[in-house]
Amino acid sequence: MNQLQNFTKGLIKENPVFVLLLGMCPTLGVTTSAINGLGMGLATLFVLSLSNVIISLLKTLIPDKVRIPAFIVVIASLVTIVQMVMEAYVPSLYASLGLFIPLIVVNCIILGRAEAFASKNNVFSSFIDGLGMGLGFTLALTLLGATRELFGAYSIFGLKLIPTDGILVFVLAPGAFLALGLIIGIINSLKKTA
Amino acid sequence: MEFIIIIIGAILVNNIVLAQFLGICPFLGVSNKISTAVGMSGAVVFVMTLATFVTFIIQEYLLNPFGLGFLQTISFILVIAALVQMVEIILKKIAPPLYQALGVFLPLITTNCAVLGVAIMVIQQNYNLVGGLVFTIATALGYGLALIIFAGLREQMELANIPKAMKGSPIALITAGILSLAFMGFAGLV
Repeated sequence: MNQLQNFTKGLIKENPVFVLLLGMCPTLGVTTSAINGLGMGLATLFVLSLSNVIISLLKTLIPDKVRIPAFIVVIASLVTIVQMVMEAYVPSLYASLGLFIPLIVVNCIILGRAEAFASKNNVFSSFIDGLGMGLGFTLALTLLGATRELFGAYSIFGLKLIPTDGILVFVLAPGAFLALGLIIGIINSLKKTA
Repeated sequence: MEFIIIIIGAILVNNIVLAQFLGICPFLGVSNKISTAVGMSGAVVFVMTLATFVTFIIQEYLLNPFGLGFLQTISFILVIAALVQMVEIILKKIAPPLYQALGVFLPLITTNCAVLGVAIMVIQQNYNLVGGLVFTIATALGYGLALIIFAGLREQMELANIPKAMKGSPIALITAGILSLAFMGFAGLV
């Protein structure tokens, strides 16, 4: 597989959210606005691409039997770094993402890519794979966040489009399920006609 | 009285799946049949309670006195992963029937973010040990309630005629959305 394919597969064909349905908790939990979705996506992108690199570097050193705990330690250390950096430099985003920052550790996309890709491929492909998957995740979260913000508050990235209150339910918890379900449905029907 | 408020709040008002979005992967994954949903719920109640107990003690007697708060994430996830393995081994030895019922769900629980999420929430919201355990058990029961109701809905949905593009996960998500709307009705309760 060439590197370009390796990169783009995470964006569309194997999009972690819309196609593989992985990492649902942050996807639904933080996407009340486009900027939250983007922030969460970028934090995950950082952890995913670096954990792929580190695990790919260590793949010959880690004994097969304890590989899952070893992966988790690598991922948890990276998440702790993200947590500290975000708390220091973007405190408001850190506050609005809240619990979901430490929970990046249990995001199944990261462990999934470590197990399925990084532990079998060389460092550069692993990095590209992490980058592609992370961008796919960021894209999905931003799209979902933007959709919910657009209908829920009639604004996008905080920019008010219509100066009235939106359809509140899109910003509340049920809206996350409804919006994601409808988006996946639309993607499925587009796929069939294409 | 205080405990009743915690319990109602955790089961109905701030339901962990439908209002806080934790543990969605197993929520969508194992909710095809009521029987598997019941098994999973049992395993979650069991592991979550144990995990909160152990992580609370670690936070209180290990991380806080030595100023190691930044190790919270990494130590909690390792403890939970180890705990799940241990529970699996112990159950297999001493309670084979229980292992038969819960066994297949145990490995899935490590990746259930609800367990880690609740352990961190108990610390963040400054519960004491008893309050924290009550909160955890109630949260786990809320998880089970949502999971079993959802499984019941999905069993019925098998019979419905759904547009092709909406089959599978899209319609499941929308059903979850409607269920979540219903749970919003409890919002004024506490």
